[in-house]
Amino acid sequence: METIILFAPLVGALICGFGWKFIGETAAMWVATGLLFLAAFLSWIVFLSFDGVTQQIQILRWIESGSLSTDWAIRLDRLTATMLIVVTTVSALVHLYSFGYMDHDPQWREGEVYKPRFFAYLSFFTFAMLMLVTSDNLVQMFFGWEGVGVASYLLIGFYYRKPSANAAAIKAFVVNRVGDLGFALGIFALFFMVDSISFSQIFAAAPDLAEQKLTFLWRDWDAVEVIALLLFIGAMGKSAQLFLHTWLPDAMEGPTPVSALIHAATMVTAGVFLVCRMSPIMEFAPYATSFIVFLGATTAFFAATVGLVQNDIKRVIAYSTCSQLGYMFVAAGVGVYSAAMFHLLTHAFFKAMLFLGAGSVIHAMHHEQDMRNYGGLRKKIPYTFAAMMIGTLAITGVGIPLTHIGFAGFLSKDAIIESAFAGGTGVAQYAFWMLVVAALFTSFYSWRLMFLTFYGTPRGDQHTHDHAHESPKVMLIPLGVLALGAVFSGMLWFNSFFGHTDQVAKFFGIPYAEATEGGHGEDTAHGAEDGHGEEASHGEEMAHGEDDHGAMAEHHYMLTGAPGEGAIYMAPDNHVMEDAHAVPKWVKVSPFIAMLLGFIGAWLFYIRVPSLPKSFAETLWPVHNFLLNKWYFDEIYDFLIIKPALWLGRFLWKRGDGNIIDGGINGLAMGIIPFLTRLAGRAQSGYMFHYAFAMVLGITVLITWMMIGSGAE
Amino acid sequence: MQNLLSIITFLPLFAALILAVFLRGQDEVAKKNAKWVALVATSATFLFSLFLITGFDPSNTDFQFVEERAWLLGLTYKMGVDGISVLFVMLTTFLMPLVILSCWNVTDRVKEYMIALLVLESLMLGVFCALDLILFYLFFEAGLIPMFLIIGIWGGANRIYASFKFFLYTFLGSVLMLVAMIAMYVDAGTTDIPTLLNHNFSSGTLSVAGFQIVGGVQTLLWIAFFASFAVKMPMWPVHTWLPDAHVQAPTAGSVVLAAILLKMGGYGFLRFSLPMFPVASDLLAPLVFWLSAIAIVYTSLVALAQHDMKKLIAYSSVAHMGYVTMGIFTANQQGVDGAIFQMISHGFISGALFLCVGVIYDRMHTREIDAYGGLVNRMPAYALVFMFFTMANVGLPGTSGFVGEFLTLVGIFQVNTWVALVATSGVILSASYALWLYRRVVMGDLIKESLRTITDMTTRERAIFAPLIFMTLLLGVYPAPVLDVIGPSVANLVEGYHIAVDAYEPMTELATHTAEGDH
Repeated sequence: METIILFAPLVGALICGFGWKFIGETAAMWVATGLLFLAAFLSWIVFLSFDGVTQQIQILRWIESGSLSTDWAIRLDRLTATMLIVVTTVSALVHLYSFGYMDHDPQWREGEVYKPRFFAYLSFFTFAMLMLVTSDNLVQMFFGWEGVGVASYLLIGFYYRKPSANAAAIKAFVVNRVGDLGFALGIFALFFMVDSISFSQIFAAAPDLAEQKLTFLWRDWDAVEVIALLLFIGAMGKSAQLFLHTWLPDAMEGPTPVSALIHAATMVTAGVFLVCRMSPIMEFAPYATSFIVFLGATTAFFAATVGLVQNDIKRVIAYSTCSQLGYMFVAAGVGVYSAAMFHLLTHAFFKAMLFLGAGSVIHAMHHEQDMRNYGGLRKKIPYTFAAMMIGTLAITGVGIPLTHIGFAGFLSKDAIIESAFAGGTGVAQYAFWMLVVAALFTSFYSWRLMFLTFYGTPRGDQHTHDHAHESPKVMLIPLGVLALGAVFSGMLWFNSFFGHTDQVAKFFGIPYAEATEGGHGEDTAHGAEDGHGEEASHGEEMAHGEDDHGAMAEHHYMLTGAPGEGAIYMAPDNHVMEDAHAVPKWVKVSPFIAMLLGFIGAWLFYIRVPSLPKSFAETLWPVHNFLLNKWYFDEIYDFLIIKPALWLGRFLWKRGDGNIIDGGINGLAMGIIPFLTRLAGRAQSGYMFHYAFAMVLGITVLITWMMIGSGAE
Repeated sequence: MQNLLSIITFLPLFAALILAVFLRGQDEVAKKNAKWVALVATSATFLFSLFLITGFDPSNTDFQFVEERAWLLGLTYKMGVDGISVLFVMLTTFLMPLVILSCWNVTDRVKEYMIALLVLESLMLGVFCALDLILFYLFFEAGLIPMFLIIGIWGGANRIYASFKFFLYTFLGSVLMLVAMIAMYVDAGTTDIPTLLNHNFSSGTLSVAGFQIVGGVQTLLWIAFFASFAVKMPMWPVHTWLPDAHVQAPTAGSVVLAAILLKMGGYGFLRFSLPMFPVASDLLAPLVFWLSAIAIVYTSLVALAQHDMKKLIAYSSVAHMGYVTMGIFTANQQGVDGAIFQMISHGFISGALFLCVGVIYDRMHTREIDAYGGLVNRMPAYALVFMFFTMANVGLPGTSGFVGEFLTLVGIFQVNTWVALVATSGVILSASYALWLYRRVVMGDLIKESLRTITDMTTRERAIFAPLIFMTLLLGVYPAPVLDVIGPSVANLVEGYHIAVDAYEPMTELATHTAEGDH
């Protein structure tokens, strides 16, 4: 069944991409979409019926060289199962949505066939993404990793006549490759240390690895820290974290369904998935994970600030995505991988919905994307408005404080913020405050988007506003389905991802045991190897640690899995998740207050006193320009990297190859060549030609003669 | 099939002879016949080579299909293949029919063109099969001549300059190799390659004119061979002949040059440098690593600045050969496996890229990147094929380009992480220049007046690309057919190498040691 899920999109892509000439455009698109729905349906069966036991399914041999042995294989565990439903569900809905959105696209001329190509790319992307999440080794994951990169490149550059789209496509691919450099080096380092690149063997070797040193570049390092950091650099590229984020906003050049699928729900979360997948490594690398926390928190803050002032509706959501990914990394970095995955899941629903909703607005407004030209659309496109409203409520985290009732983002985002606070370290504290501030900004820019788009008076082209129309059903149905996810997914799976230890352990298939009352064993000499699976208490190994949150539950459980048992690994001394349940009340309420403040701010700026933004922008123009220009990252990179690289290329070519090598090393030969060339001037007359042929024939005869001579013996 | 290797090697030559002797006239019929003879001959060669690969036993690391005969002047004619060479034979026989097909529209001196290509094929096959030093040298050097003619006669405007540059560069390297071969004969008393592979060349420190030469005779011989093979590869900084040669060469010439001729250098390293002079290889490996790493970054940067499509791809070839040299001298299983794989894969990919240039060159007669733009509007099939090979060229997993690159990098990481870092950064640069080229040529709106009537690929052109796409994908998804064949031979090579290197103790032999002694 997993194999069907994996290959259905590939088959769809091939049929749609190459077969449309034979079966017709519409049929081809329906085949691709149908296969995606099939995959989504099967994924839900797999997810719901999954029992937590890791399975492996071999498909085909791949690269084998000496001790390096790679297969095409599926590893099915809770992480995979979660990603399966995210990827296939969003993808299937986006396929459906694209029937409406891509119809009569004004970018194309009359009679041009572009839709099957679009659907084929979408399906191909889905296949690559599934390869990434189902992989049982790092190299296959790298295949998926690069595969989604190509699909993203093709889809961003889908409007190939637009120079800006082509530039954005290349930028996305190349910036991702910078991250891939780190990822690849991480794989090499792991293979060097562990002599394997399959997950099960890496995980099993993780505790040993933590003891070892690796000579990398100029000195010895803790092997596990270097590896964790290198892998995270890969994740930074794919998940658009600070310094490698510049491609994501530009990627909005692609059609909006692409932004929803690739640049919000699935591909960009691959980095988070990677960090969670590698949790057995990460758990042994405190410095690397601190860096992850720091960078995630900074990204969350940075992207949120930029999001405050953007005017393109898609760019606002793009920066919002970037920011939310930062949240996920913070959760993973402090060691609560399940919370990261939780936010990944809920975010996929509400962010995909926001994008598709934005697409619906853009569709209604004849491909106008500047929010300054929107306004008052709530009556014109009521369903879209409702969907966007749900999405906004979800992303800003609306819910009832101190309960587990609320929109999806309320539960998952708060889980992360609480985890950050419980992380304990200095950098975790930094992350906590950054995330709370980012939550305020998130609320501000999300409501700003809503107010600018749906409230107030229509601005911009009157004609466009007059003809604004609600989208067709094929576009509204996906919005409705995603809305369900945005509302309920948080409440449904809160306990599984962020409940009590035993619930989470059961869900992720991690062996666990009941701890003796109160303590969770600060000094447990981790009884992992022997006692997995059983719920028998491992009291003998428990130390009675100080416990300041005993009120949470009657029974305490602890995870006893060794690295690689279950989908994620949390070290025995990692209690951040449990501590997160016991953080002070003000911490639990803080994101809610931040959300309220953001909402009030946006309301003041865009409803109550609409002149405020302008005067703010004028008085605080340095800040405004700084944010509007996205902290000048693009300009700095252009100045520091791109221009010098091009200059160096030209210099090496003209001076290096031209003057120094050609002029110097073979100066002698260069002296001879003109002389010979003069001699050869007669070549044109045929003299040279005959002479040369005589040479060839001479050799021919010589060798033939030798052959005959030898044959005679 | 006692003479299988000889049959494969000399069948094209035989066909060339028939063409030379029997085909008369310059009319259309004669031209057509010449092409058909060449096509049939190269195809037949390929079919014969299928017997070779099916009869080949990968688990046996000795030379197989060995033929040995006495020859004139006391020399020996000896042929044979092992896991390292057999796939190069296959690569050559596989590509040549496609090369012949690619020059179906040539009208200038067709008969001679076909003869040159056929002779070239024989000589290339000979290089990979020869098991005798003298024989190897003959094939290796003679291969220069038809290539020289292909560039010099059927090439572009500046062809004379390019062909002489090509000839001189490669020839100067070869002279040193010949000297080294004579020295080897004097030292070992034989020109038989299998015997030489088991011969220990002295590695005691030598003192020549006051200079201490660590690694002694091995080092000197190694350097002599290096001079020849490094030029052939080509390695930085002796690569500058390649872009000129490619630019001036006709499409078929470029394909053969990039896909097969360059591989002779890599093959030479594997056949001679590594197994025969292991101590010297070990001593000088850092030099090779850094030259390779520089090549990867340097030529990738230079590729960014190019205006000529062929030049850009030529520089990209140099960068990819950097991975090969680096992989070979890591002397571990992954590195060497990767290097061989990269050579095979590069044969398909770079060949296909030069063919891609050829397709539009045939239509527009220019290689200037700026002359194109927006081809996707009128040539969707071409855009797809070009995209595919662009991605293969940047080493996308799932194409054969990835496997070689990946394995060589895995290999180098175990030896030197600095070089690994520099070399891996090549993946960023390669993506930059390759995608930028693609964008400028294929993407965008079609606004240039001259391109308005350009037509998509013909059936013949599609037929040429189909097998290349198939192989690139197959080896990318399922590389076992290559890795299984080379694996045992490479393991054997690596093992022997490490035994020799481990046995070497530089301090035990003193500087007064002279050249005669083996140890």
